[in-house]
Amino acid sequence: MPLTNVTGVARSEGDPRVQRKGPSSLTGPDRLARALGWFSVGLGLAELAAPGRLARALGLDDKEGLIRAYGARELASAVPTLSIDKPIGLAARIGGDALDLATLAPALHRDNPKRHNAAIAAALVAGITLLDIAAFKGVKAAHRRDGGAARDYSDRSGLPRGAAASRGLARKDFDIPPDYRAEGTVADAIPALPS
Amino acid sequence: MKALVWHGKEDIRYDTVSDPAIEHPRDAIIKVTSCAICGSDLHLFHNLVPAMLPGDIMGHETMGEVVEVGSDAKGSLKKGDRVVIPFTIQCGECDQCRRGNFSVCERTNRKKALGDKAFGHATAGLFGYTHLTGGYPGGQAEYLRVPFADTTHIKVPGGIDDEKLLFLSDIQPGDTVAVWGCGPVGQMTIRSAILLGAEQVIAIDHLPERLSMAAAAGAITIDFMQESVVDRLNALTDGKGPHKCIDAVGTESHVDFGQPDTVLDRAKQMLMAENDRPHVLREMIYVCRPGGVISIIGVYLGLVDKIPMGQAMNKGLTFRMAQAHVPRWTGDLLRRIEDGQIDPSFVITHKVDLSKGPEMYATFRDKADGCVKVMLQP
Repeated sequence: MPLTNVTGVARSEGDPRVQRKGPSSLTGPDRLARALGWFSVGLGLAELAAPGRLARALGLDDKEGLIRAYGARELASAVPTLSIDKPIGLAARIGGDALDLATLAPALHRDNPKRHNAAIAAALVAGITLLDIAAFKGVKAAHRRDGGAARDYSDRSGLPRGAAASRGLARKDFDIPPDYRAEGTVADAIPALPS
Repeated sequence: MKALVWHGKEDIRYDTVSDPAIEHPRDAIIKVTSCAICGSDLHLFHNLVPAMLPGDIMGHETMGEVVEVGSDAKGSLKKGDRVVIPFTIQCGECDQCRRGNFSVCERTNRKKALGDKAFGHATAGLFGYTHLTGGYPGGQAEYLRVPFADTTHIKVPGGIDDEKLLFLSDIQPGDTVAVWGCGPVGQMTIRSAILLGAEQVIAIDHLPERLSMAAAAGAITIDFMQESVVDRLNALTDGKGPHKCIDAVGTESHVDFGQPDTVLDRAKQMLMAENDRPHVLREMIYVCRPGGVISIIGVYLGLVDKIPMGQAMNKGLTFRMAQAHVPRWTGDLLRRIEDGQIDPSFVITHKVDLSKGPEMYATFRDKADGCVKVMLQP
């Protein structure tokens, strides 16, 4: 729970108020990733809370333990997906989608009386997989570090008199305040100790 | 007016908001001419700083022109004055302000009870930051209300570009000073160490463009993705380690499997089991010369794990840290800018309209397009 909810802190009376919202720093892929992260939370909690019902609905009665483990996996992938390190979470989700599809494949067999449910679930997972891949590619593209390495700032010294001529320039007239002085500390005593 | 407004994690918007007004006789209103995105704004962008609220206006590096002055501030300010606004709000009268410790002013945090709970004792009010420090609206906007304006401003002369003034915010000769992080704060730190006469200044980062900027000022560079920081620092100091280690990285150190502790810290951070990733702090304590000084200017937020206090204690290290007590240094820095000793505009790589703010937050965070420092103009 955010600290602000616990403390009841609120914005002050006279501070400027938002009158009209403008464009956001969040990109489309960021928003899609966030939605997928919350979807992971929901599905993960459902798989942890009711693995038996899900297993029976899909005709995977002997896979209750596996579905519970998948619930934990969904929650684990939700954490990075909802963080600023979205690509890690989305990559984990894509891997998880593959596991889900592999687990559902045997349930599509004619012998399974719940194969229609399993088919719907497989179609949903396939659709979600496409969204995960789109979000992963989108987020990677939106936040890649383009062109930075090519920049060379070796002409930006910030020292108009040159680096060599500037060394110690401030020493002549900068009065270091007493509470910032380094001399007289153990730093000076160490070299004086017998070796 | 227009402003960059925090709406949640990674969600900064260019909104229309109501205009600020004088609320107290010591207030002033300034028309913002330039502002900048700071590295610590990214901690808010990433929602790592507690007690932000949707609707909070960002920004704590601001300058502009005074357009309105409260009755009690008229002795110090008048309409038309050109001012840089420090990120700390100071009363100028309390015990801490009289000692020059402006960033821990005792009177300007208007949410003192909250600050007391969070920090033990509240710190100064800050612009465009968490409600733990007062929740004051920031300066990434067209206008800014400056509380305690008679003492919270730096008057600057005309004739010097905003780019040189916007960032007005102990080293011994012979020292080896190692600076972790070559972002804007690290770059200024490197130049300050050079001007103060450090014999060797060593800059540590992994981004080539930032290392090239550090080298331009005469720093020796270490790319931590290419070589061992500890081995190289020891090699450069006859195996003794740097005298002074400066952390200009802070809470969000680079995460990489080559530095396994950063991966663990990141996982803990995601699970809210730890606030910060203190890899740099651990490395500084390990490599610093016994009896040396660890200085922290990179922002930390809360709880950190696995700090080797045994190493620190047994090596007799001295720790120094603070949010900058800005007004303590601005007079001297302004004089050096006017004197041509330093030109801080070197660090600005992107100068854009305020409306581009939301996308520039992402560019700055992703370090895309060689971005080191963003300057915004309404």
